Amino acid sequence: MKKISLYVTLTIGALISLFPFYWAFIGATNESGKLFSKQLSFVPGTKLIENVTNLNESIGIGRVLFNSLFVSLTYTIFSLLICTMAAYAFAKFEFKGRDTIFAIFLLSMMIPYHATVIPLFKMMAAFGWLNTYKALILPNLAYPFAIFLMRQNMLAFPNALIEAARIDGAGEWRIFFRIVLPSMKPALAATAIFLFMYQWNSFLWPLIAVSSTDMYTFPVALSSLFGLSRIDYGQVMAGVTLATVPIIVFFLSLQRHFISGMLGSAVK
Amino acid sequence: MKKHVWKKKIVPYIFIAPSVILFSIFMLYPIGYSLIMSFQTSVGGEMTFNGLENYKRLFNDAIFLKALKNTFIILVVQVPIMLFLALILAVLLHSSLLKWKAMFRVSFFLPAVTSLVAYSIIFSIMLMNDGLMNQLLEWIGIGKIPWLSHPFWAKVSLILAMTWRWVGYNMVIYLAALQNISEDLYEAASIDGASKVRQFFSITIPQLKPVILFTAILSTIGTLQLFDEPYTLTKGGPSDETLTIGMYLYQTGFRYFDFGYASTIAYVIVVLIAILSFIQFKVSGDER
Repeated sequence: MKKISLYVTLTIGALISLFPFYWAFIGATNESGKLFSKQLSFVPGTKLIENVTNLNESIGIGRVLFNSLFVSLTYTIFSLLICTMAAYAFAKFEFKGRDTIFAIFLLSMMIPYHATVIPLFKMMAAFGWLNTYKALILPNLAYPFAIFLMRQNMLAFPNALIEAARIDGAGEWRIFFRIVLPSMKPALAATAIFLFMYQWNSFLWPLIAVSSTDMYTFPVALSSLFGLSRIDYGQVMAGVTLATVPIIVFFLSLQRHFISGMLGSAVK
Repeated sequence: MKKHVWKKKIVPYIFIAPSVILFSIFMLYPIGYSLIMSFQTSVGGEMTFNGLENYKRLFNDAIFLKALKNTFIILVVQVPIMLFLALILAVLLHSSLLKWKAMFRVSFFLPAVTSLVAYSIIFSIMLMNDGLMNQLLEWIGIGKIPWLSHPFWAKVSLILAMTWRWVGYNMVIYLAALQNISEDLYEAASIDGASKVRQFFSITIPQLKPVILFTAILSTIGTLQLFDEPYTLTKGGPSDETLTIGMYLYQTGFRYFDFGYASTIAYVIVVLIAILSFIQFKVSGDER
């Protein structure tokens, strides 16, 4: 009996969690007014292709998708490299200023993003970087939370292995890339997912840094559609679905690493 | 040998150099610069110092005070509800009787994966006057609720949406922490005849205190920066009733281009986060 109520509670919770995604899909496959009609319909309609075509005419899906993917992937690769290098130094070397620098990184996580946004905008304007990929990718490459996560995972790596490699004459880069990194795969995967999702979903900065429509990322394009005075809801829901599906597929394929690797270490 | 020692000293600095350089340019410099700007105002396109004028203006600015109040209402209501729900879900999911744990975990976590803009749009469509929620409410005989156009319900809408999105995220953090609590504690309590509810309050919550503090601080920081949801869901309305400090900052900075005043708002957020985090540490951290 207790067991049944447990399952019922959890199933209801899971349905509430998943339903809005389904509703977006229903919207994406029906004509604009269907979501508001008196006869509630929970079955997918036949207008998906039409809605996607309209969406493409409004925001240029190919371009927007490319922008989001390109920015997110480039960002993830470079940020992962830069943050992992720093994490390695923080975890495995003793050097002057180490604790202070690390503390500054950690403290900066408490500073709201808003406190940097205006000077960043002015800098980008001064460099002539507004409406460029540089503006979208560069500012957050050194991401303190990623450094923190990788450092936590690296602390457990045995020092003896590094020492042994040094005695055998391996250079520092070789040790880092050939010995340390290969054993960090789960942590790297978790951090990579985290960085990718962060960038894919990021809204405020792209909204500020980019004003020309062909530089829009997916969230900015969606928001611009939704802000119009006459909204085509079929189109908007098609957009929401298209922006959500890639990130869900990406997450589902890597979720094992994500949940164990990232959150497990954040708590320790 | 000497070369080796020198090398060993320089190596860590090479490893941290890219991060430190980028961090200094794109984080430290802007933080410092916006502090300076918070004491400046634009006169004919030039930034000039005006002392504490911006700060004085802030505390006489009715719209800012409203945004501050709104943000606090959301903070005080939403964060405890969300963390409590997350904790309950985590405990239920942690139960050893349960099958399909992974499936439930993923279902609950999925909202936290989507973009804030995308989910806000879905919610705003569901909460519109003829939207799904109201149709269901009419169908069961309650009648329509003006979700997005009434001062009270607009806040409820925001809170509902944020809770939907973030419960699973916090739940996963709690799940990870629950694995570190020794089963012996629960066994001993069971032998002493403590009920499950009693065990939850006397063992689970005290054991998870540091993690609860961690999530409370994260959520507080998140709420004080709240922007995407009100921007999409309610546009701050009706009549600024869901305007948050984060949104007001954006409006001031990028709609009216009053960079000095916007920086002042940013620094108020910085100070608020510092104060609230400190209080949260004091309240729950002392005994440990």
